[in-house]
Amino acid sequence: MKSMGEMLLSTGGGSEIVIGNTAIVRAMLEAGVRVATSYPGSPTPEIASAIASIPRERNPMYFEFSVNEKVATEVAFGASINGHLSCVFFKSVGLNVAADTFVQLSMMELIGGMVIVLGDDPGANSSQNEQDNRHYAHLSYTPVFEPATPSEVYVMFKQAADLSRKLRMPVIVRLSTHVCHAKEKVYFGPMPVHEHGNKPLFCMENGPYIPIAADALKMKRRTLHKFWELKDLLEELPVNIVEDNSSERGVITAGAPYLSLMDVLEEVEDKPDVMKLGIVHPLPKNRILQFLKAHKEVKILEELDDVLEREIKAFAYDNGLTTRILGKGDLEDWIGEYTPDKVREVLSKCWPDTFKPVKEPDSPVKLNARPAQMCPGCGHRSAFHAIKLALKDTDITVADIGCHTLGYLEPYRVGQVLLCMGHSTGTAAGLSMFNDSRRVVAFLGDSTFFHAGLPGIVNAVFNKHNLTLIIMENGTTAMTGHQDHPAVGRNFNDVSQKIPVRQVLEGLGVSNIREIDTYNQAGLKEYVEAALEEEGFKVIIARHPCMLKFTREMRKKGKKLPRPVRVGEKCNLKYVCVGQFACPSYQIADGGRVWVQEDLCIGDRSCVQTCPSQAIEPVE
Amino acid sequence: MKKYDIFLAGVGGQGIGLLSETLARAVDYSGQRVIGADTHGLAQRGGMVSSHLRVGTGAHSVLITRHSADLVVALERHEALRGMLDYLKDGGTLVYYDAVWQPLDVRLRRTAQVRNEDIEAEAARKKAKVLRVFKEDLADSRMQNVIIMAELSKAKLIPGVEKEHYTAALSDLLSGRVLEVNLKAFEEVAG
Ligand code: SF4
Ligand code: SF4
Repeated sequence: MKSMGEMLLSTGGGSEIVIGNTAIVRAMLEAGVRVATSYPGSPTPEIASAIASIPRERNPMYFEFSVNEKVATEVAFGASINGHLSCVFFKSVGLNVAADTFVQLSMMELIGGMVIVLGDDPGANSSQNEQDNRHYAHLSYTPVFEPATPSEVYVMFKQAADLSRKLRMPVIVRLSTHVCHAKEKVYFGPMPVHEHGNKPLFCMENGPYIPIAADALKMKRRTLHKFWELKDLLEELPVNIVEDNSSERGVITAGAPYLSLMDVLEEVEDKPDVMKLGIVHPLPKNRILQFLKAHKEVKILEELDDVLEREIKAFAYDNGLTTRILGKGDLEDWIGEYTPDKVREVLSKCWPDTFKPVKEPDSPVKLNARPAQMCPGCGHRSAFHAIKLALKDTDITVADIGCHTLGYLEPYRVGQVLLCMGHSTGTAAGLSMFNDSRRVVAFLGDSTFFHAGLPGIVNAVFNKHNLTLIIMENGTTAMTGHQDHPAVGRNFNDVSQKIPVRQVLEGLGVSNIREIDTYNQAGLKEYVEAALEEEGFKVIIARHPCMLKFTREMRKKGKKLPRPVRVGEKCNLKYVCVGQFACPSYQIADGGRVWVQEDLCIGDRSCVQTCPSQAIEPVE
Repeated sequence: MKKYDIFLAGVGGQGIGLLSETLARAVDYSGQRVIGADTHGLAQRGGMVSSHLRVGTGAHSVLITRHSADLVVALERHEALRGMLDYLKDGGTLVYYDAVWQPLDVRLRRTAQVRNEDIEAEAARKKAKVLRVFKEDLADSRMQNVIIMAELSKAKLIPGVEKEHYTAALSDLLSGRVLEVNLKAFEEVAG
């Protein structure tokens, strides 16, 4: 078996098939990153998996999963102003959490350098929106590299680190879902030798580091100086690609949409010229003007918002160019990932003579989507099944982010509103006001509890809100691949002090707390009914370990799982197990009989109690 | 080769990640360029998962254009039909392992389970070749992916990729007893 860790450390370099998220770790090591931090979120958690493949004692880089993206950014910042090259990575919406910290960074002299790796998610594959984080870069005067392939990820991260160190400013490497997860063979160079010192280099003279009063403006001026200087520097960086097809038409694009464009161009005769930008902020103005001048019509092909378009149109206006610039058309151009199919559609709207939209063949067969669902044996399923029985139709349920968000799906339909990580208690508090008739129940996961859930809870105690909060504690950050959190007693590197959820709640002044294992469905139902009758802020900790993690660990240890269950003769087709409890192991046979798919069933027996006819029995 | 597109589909938990990674490496061992991407995101089981593999120098994006895959490989019957409807080109080839993990609509008795005949009918309309794979005596369902890999090898469905490329790829990714068991199952079927 090949070892990822060895490949990442290899002194001679070499080539390997890797995803973007792995390639970036090799680049971190080559660039000499000393401190890396993150909070797990798709599409970036595999960066941490790659780091985890490096033997601890041979890893020159410290890594931690911090409690949230804001703290992660602060840890990386602190390391950088002490002279260490640092890197923080997280998903698109993680930047909202980190924003208060992030927007200050460019004002600071980051003497060690600091790279912020963003996993944007056009298409909202695994996020609550598809926000375009280039806006944050504009707002904070932060340069942005935008690689399209794993090889570019590898090269551009190193360029970003160099630039950051040189200008002592933060630099963003903006990835997107299918750049993070794209795989190809990447050719790695030799590993440079880094002399890492342990001397803390923080020094006030590099500052000011306190942006108060007149200094805030002084610091802004310094930032803008650097940013202007950078604009000239970037014109010369070899990061842009121009493809000359001797056309009067041109396309300016960047990142993964460039690759989609290349696919579409394979099939057409009249190929426009193409300019691919490697850095999307600030833009190489002179190069772009040159390209505009050389063409009659230029299409700006950009995923999500019209960020390049507005700037490029302004360049053209300021320079009195008559080139026709084609930006976004209808609102569909603003939505979704720019896959080859999407790019063909977008181009067919502006140059219908060359590009034809894809025609969907009509087929009589229609298949409904198969969305993700809770795993067989998941404790959340038991919880939702029980809680639903305790709720009235008029009750309002507030979801939060985590595996338990899936409770909003059929057949449970628990969780009716969702904003973002940790919003639930606050939103529920608002819903409970001027409201005597509809009871409000909020949900929160345990990792999210520490991430962004605490302020809402303190607020509910402080301002005496009237709601029930159910904390779905599964002992891990399940959805993103089972990372440890503060209540586990282990961090990324080591055993650490356990911070139990209950103790935290008590410390925050919550007095009405119940705790129960979710497999005890009757008990949980009773608790929810009781809590809903009481006034004030009530918390129920509904606990069961993540069963996917548990079964994986059992298998790894070579332990046998319990035998699956089966549906016995007492079954009189009430369909509670398959239709209401809805463990995916239950299947419907021709004729309507219910059977258990043994490849799925993990034998945990949490379903046994749901059968009104006591027909579910263990296989002997 | 200019371009040969392979779309892989299945249900979360079926081991499509290993299948796709092995195929990518097997193609690489055959000396051809390969790119691709898995389109999973979250940990939970039971959702539809897919993976795109693109062979040849004419492939750019890691995502395959709809209705243009040369080969669709599925680990589950419903996903085989979906994969064929969404990605297979007319005249392409569908290979699927005939496992059934019913989607919610079937379990809620709203729609009927997809039958092998439904797949045949759709394939006929598309003039596609179909290879149904099923192994009665397979001890561990987690090895369905290796069985289907062996069938791909036996029928030489990925141009230029030979048996030794598949086994070399497996040896890159697995070790010890797991590798042994998988290689044995592979050899048995691939011949
Ligand atoms: S990963 Fe764990 S918590 Fe998430 S749905 Fe599966 S069993 Fe439940
Ligand atoms: S015992 Fe099997 S069927 Fe019952 S809940 Fe667990 S996995 Fe589902």
